[in-house]
Amino acid sequence: MHDEAVVNMADVTVADYAANIRAYLRENMTAFKDVELDDEDNIFERGFFTSLFAMQLLHYVESTFDVEVPDDYIMLRNFSSVRRLADMVAELKRTAGE
Amino acid sequence: MKMVKCVVWDLDDTLWHGTLSAGDDLVLREGVVDLVKTLDARGILQSVASKNNHDDAMRKLEELGLAEYFLYPQINWNSKSSSVAAIRQKLNIGIDTIMFVDDQPFERDEVAFAHPEVETVDSAELATLLTMPRLSPKVVTEDASRRRLMYLEDQARTEAESEYQGAADEFLAGLGMIFHIARAKGDDLRRLEELTERTNQLNSTGIQYSYEQLEELMHSPDHDLWVCELTDRYGSYGKIGMALVEKQDDRWTINLLLMSCRTVSKGVGTVLLSFLLKQAAENGKRLFARFRRTDRNRQMLVTYQLANFRVVSHEGSDYLYENDLAVRQEYPEYIKVEIDA
Repeated sequence: MHDEAVVNMADVTVADYAANIRAYLRENMTAFKDVELDDEDNIFERGFFTSLFAMQLLHYVESTFDVEVPDDYIMLRNFSSVRRLADMVAELKRTAGE
Repeated sequence: MKMVKCVVWDLDDTLWHGTLSAGDDLVLREGVVDLVKTLDARGILQSVASKNNHDDAMRKLEELGLAEYFLYPQINWNSKSSSVAAIRQKLNIGIDTIMFVDDQPFERDEVAFAHPEVETVDSAELATLLTMPRLSPKVVTEDASRRRLMYLEDQARTEAESEYQGAADEFLAGLGMIFHIARAKGDDLRRLEELTERTNQLNSTGIQYSYEQLEELMHSPDHDLWVCELTDRYGSYGKIGMALVEKQDDRWTINLLLMSCRTVSKGVGTVLLSFLLKQAAENGKRLFARFRRTDRNRQMLVTYQLANFRVVSHEGSDYLYENDLAVRQEYPEYIKVEIDA
């Protein structure tokens, strides 16, 4: 019982990260403005992702969630969907907390 | 020795004799107009850090016919070090490429204390300015002589952008950008040499190439040397990017990829890389890239790694990437890409 409660708490946090990132993408990329954007959608296929926007997103994630994204986390896989970005933040939070 | 990209001027008793706010009769320092115009022609940007009433000082500069030479003049009552920082940020250049001229030791020391990388010069030494190596580029390219104009065009864009309500990519779409990629020609080489010296942020290795080396590479059958020009409805940004590809059997290696910092906010950094990916795929080659991590080129790392380049080996801060060409990204809709291969 106790373990389950902890897992649920973690899920709530990841969902919060995801909601926050989704809102940011909607606000800053026309391609996501008036369409459905699921957490699993590949955002690279949906809108053109410039290195400029990637930098903005990186700064946003780092400042909003107070994490530092190391070089080896900067890869297509971690940035390809809202869900994966949120998971990455959760993982960075976890390693920072240890 | 790092070349100076911007000279920041004090006004009272530096650019002119006398104090504006004291109602003095102001007389330009002897030879100062020539000095400003010569620096401008050399492609060195200039700005102002002056403690004065902004409107009064600007009016005076207009009257003297000098206002247009100064980008983002900082005329206010703040410390000069904060004015220098503001200019650095607006121009998006390194703090170690700024030179500060002032007659008052206090102001020079204040700036030097806050920014030890900034070289400060006493106004009494103005006559020596034009012979300083840091202010004497070996060659002045066409891009360099237009540099101030390009920044002015950029200022107009930035103002339009800050008034624009909506997503950044929507604004970019309205610029009507054309990105032209061509093989380097003889008259591009000076500019390419200059780009390798001046570009820090969007630079994959930071290795500088001389004119002679570039000339050899241009003629080499084992290399492709690409040059890019960007234009939009405000004007041309000039030749703003380059790529050097080494071709060995089935392996292509991007030895250098760089984009001028002027284009950082235009979202074009990815276009040249997309072009190289397409080229390699069409020719059935494996594509590698060299990357040297510095404390300033994180954006280039992001550009490569989010374009699906993966580290295959590394030694210290030198990385070798490979792209398996499985993921290809189209050019952005808001840029028209023209290729002259």
